[in-house]
Amino acid sequence: MTCLKHTLPNGLQLIAECYPDAYTLGMGFFVRAGSRDEPPELAGVSHFLEHMAFKGTPTMTAEEVNLAFDRIGAAYNAFTGEDATVYFAAVLPEFQEAACRLLAELMRPVLPPGEFDREKQVILEEIHMYLDEPPFGADDLCRAKFFADHPLGRSVLGSPASVGAINVERMRAYHQGRYAPNNMVLAAAGRVDFDALVRQAEAFCGAWEPWDVDRMLHPLEPAYGFHLAPKPSATHEYLIQLSEGPSGYSEDRFAAHLSAAVVGDDSGSRLFWEFVDSGLAESASLGFSEHEDAGVFTLVLSCAEELFSDNLKRLRNLICRLESDGITEEELQRAKRKIFTRTVLAGERPRNRLFSLGLRWLLFQSYQSVQEKLRLLEAVTLEDVNRLIQRYPLSCHASVAAGPLEAISTAGA
Amino acid sequence: MISSANHNTLVHRYPNGLILLGEPMPWVESAAFTIAVPAGSGWDPDDRSGLASVTCEMCLRGAGDRDNRRFISDLESLGVEWSESISAFHMRFSGSCAADVLPQALQIFADVLCRARLPQDELENARQGLLQDILSVEDDPADLARRELRRRFFPIPFNRPNEGEADHVRAITWAEVRDHYERHFRPNGTILGVAGKFDWDRLRSQVGDLLADWPSRGAPPVAEKPQTAVVAHIHYPSQQTHIALAYPSVDYDHPQYFEAVGAVGILSGGMSARLFTEIRDKRGLCYSIHASHRVRPRMGAVLCYSGTTAERAQETLNVLIRELIRLKDGVLEEELDRLKSQYRTGLVMHQESTAARSAAVVTDWHLLGRTRSLTEIDQRIRGLTTDALNRFLQENPPRSFTIVTVGPQPLEVPRDVLEAHAA
Repeated sequence: MTCLKHTLPNGLQLIAECYPDAYTLGMGFFVRAGSRDEPPELAGVSHFLEHMAFKGTPTMTAEEVNLAFDRIGAAYNAFTGEDATVYFAAVLPEFQEAACRLLAELMRPVLPPGEFDREKQVILEEIHMYLDEPPFGADDLCRAKFFADHPLGRSVLGSPASVGAINVERMRAYHQGRYAPNNMVLAAAGRVDFDALVRQAEAFCGAWEPWDVDRMLHPLEPAYGFHLAPKPSATHEYLIQLSEGPSGYSEDRFAAHLSAAVVGDDSGSRLFWEFVDSGLAESASLGFSEHEDAGVFTLVLSCAEELFSDNLKRLRNLICRLESDGITEEELQRAKRKIFTRTVLAGERPRNRLFSLGLRWLLFQSYQSVQEKLRLLEAVTLEDVNRLIQRYPLSCHASVAAGPLEAISTAGA
Repeated sequence: MISSANHNTLVHRYPNGLILLGEPMPWVESAAFTIAVPAGSGWDPDDRSGLASVTCEMCLRGAGDRDNRRFISDLESLGVEWSESISAFHMRFSGSCAADVLPQALQIFADVLCRARLPQDELENARQGLLQDILSVEDDPADLARRELRRRFFPIPFNRPNEGEADHVRAITWAEVRDHYERHFRPNGTILGVAGKFDWDRLRSQVGDLLADWPSRGAPPVAEKPQTAVVAHIHYPSQQTHIALAYPSVDYDHPQYFEAVGAVGILSGGMSARLFTEIRDKRGLCYSIHASHRVRPRMGAVLCYSGTTAERAQETLNVLIRELIRLKDGVLEEELDRLKSQYRTGLVMHQESTAARSAAVVTDWHLLGRTRSLTEIDQRIRGLTTDALNRFLQENPPRSFTIVTVGPQPLEVPRDVLEAHAA
């Protein structure tokens, strides 16, 4: 495997992990445009724009875009987050050029008004779909509470009202603000012909003019507290709990991932033994995610209504023990082994590397091979993790409970 | 490119009936295994729906000389990623790991098969966890629609919710769990599939050492009873109306199986496929719409799902049914060509995954008594023609729809559709 990089004169950056023995390749445009970049009155525009990218380009109609991707047998899609919008396709090596050309087309959508109105309906359906599923919007609400005025607290989907108010002109202005070639990365992983990729990017993207793009980074000043979001028809109570962690620039992020695995992995973790193995909860887990100016631990727990109050107390005690005693060397070694296995197994399907490769380069201008990542994880000591647990206490959190309960005693929770 | 190593799966049948399948993928450094035990939810007693699920939970709570905690910590220390699942026919245990620890991983799961501890004092924990899983389905109307569709469509008793019914699970005793384990965990009918990097001779002999003494038992009889098509609505205070629809198709062993799968691909095989184009792209009626072909012994089925706000649900259902009925008018050469490209990519990607391959060979053996190599599948897909597909659709047009809707209001299913397309 070799990692190769190149920057076009207009600032578009290319990065690829080339595995000559792979059977397929994954490729994607990673755009530094997400919900954090939206003015509040345009909440949801990044995600809506991601849908509209497939709805007509300077040379293709929406139907032609879909037909062209399907003709080359691509597995393709897109997703939007707080920090980035990603358009990707996995193809056989012989279709590298076609995939690059089609993905590049998506970066210059024409936003036809008829398609815009129809797709707005699809977005509204998507919002309603998530409101029907647990945790019934409590995740968005908890982000808004925790991040307070920080841009990372904005909803990716937006609300029916904010999406309803977006029009073609405002979306176009947003696109013209964020989709500069110097604000995106073209990443690829798998059986990539990199010299050809450079030529293809020059041919399909070389004419795009660059312009200045800003992103304001803010220190996180989290707001703590407990909030209820009653959902009378639900049978379970769903808890979302956010706490602060190190940012994606921090060397502490590896300790944060290991700490999350010890405390809240799907099996064998402290949350697993306390709540899942014991049958006290349907699920309980802790994850860690990195942004440019913040890191976030997300704890989720769902259980029958009548067990919730007692489970909150148990959770409080579990976190209290964690913060007073730390984790053990044995727990750390098992978490390392677990993450190593996952990293190595995922690395066997090279296109799985695409997202971490592209996002890491887009947001942090940093690259780590699988081996380098394993080395950095291995270097984390018990002291590192226990220091992190003290520095970023899970006991300081914003929480939202969605479900049938209309009042909960949270004394000390 | 399909690797030539994918031409033949290695097969060994032990005297006690256990089947070992080996799918060599020498280009990887890992191995994945899938163990299917003939102890799925279809064998639950009528008043104990969920017994298979509780038994599955219990047999992972310690086996051989390992208790619950040591079972998990040993697997984690070895670096084995594992999971378990229940289907109508099987209890499945799957795992992936570095190739060099496969023998230790198989040894731990051999204990699960033959020497599960079934700790009596943990039954309550297992039961409470499962009860919460069962109730959580009630909180997700899309899941609820799919569960209620399966219940009304598939032959009894293979139509049960795999996780079981809450009232039944509350009544399960430890003696019932032990009896279920002793009755249904048997080598005859169990299939162990391994894909990845391994030495076949060594694997065969190791599995023999671990499981050749496992005594075979008679297969418990089960009588299958087909159901007739119905339309049902479940009232639910949701934002969207969730539409789940099923109709019969051919089974996995049928000479026209690939035509049947191709027809579903024309409906739902990509963003240019018919359902996505007509329902989402042209009309903006929904976010989620898809159809898939499913196989079971002696039957195939097409399952469709869409979720859409209540006031647009009727139109969504109408367009969905119209597209299903329109299939018999034929498919176009270009549609089939696109589909073939997608399958080609899908097969090559499938070959990159040891976990997917080990699961696929086990399913093949269960349904066919042999495996289909990727080369064979590739040839069958390349050989599909519009003539063959259209002949299949004329002989087997979508009909006999079972429809379940979950939402604030019931939908009208056009009477002529039900009458004209009844079986």
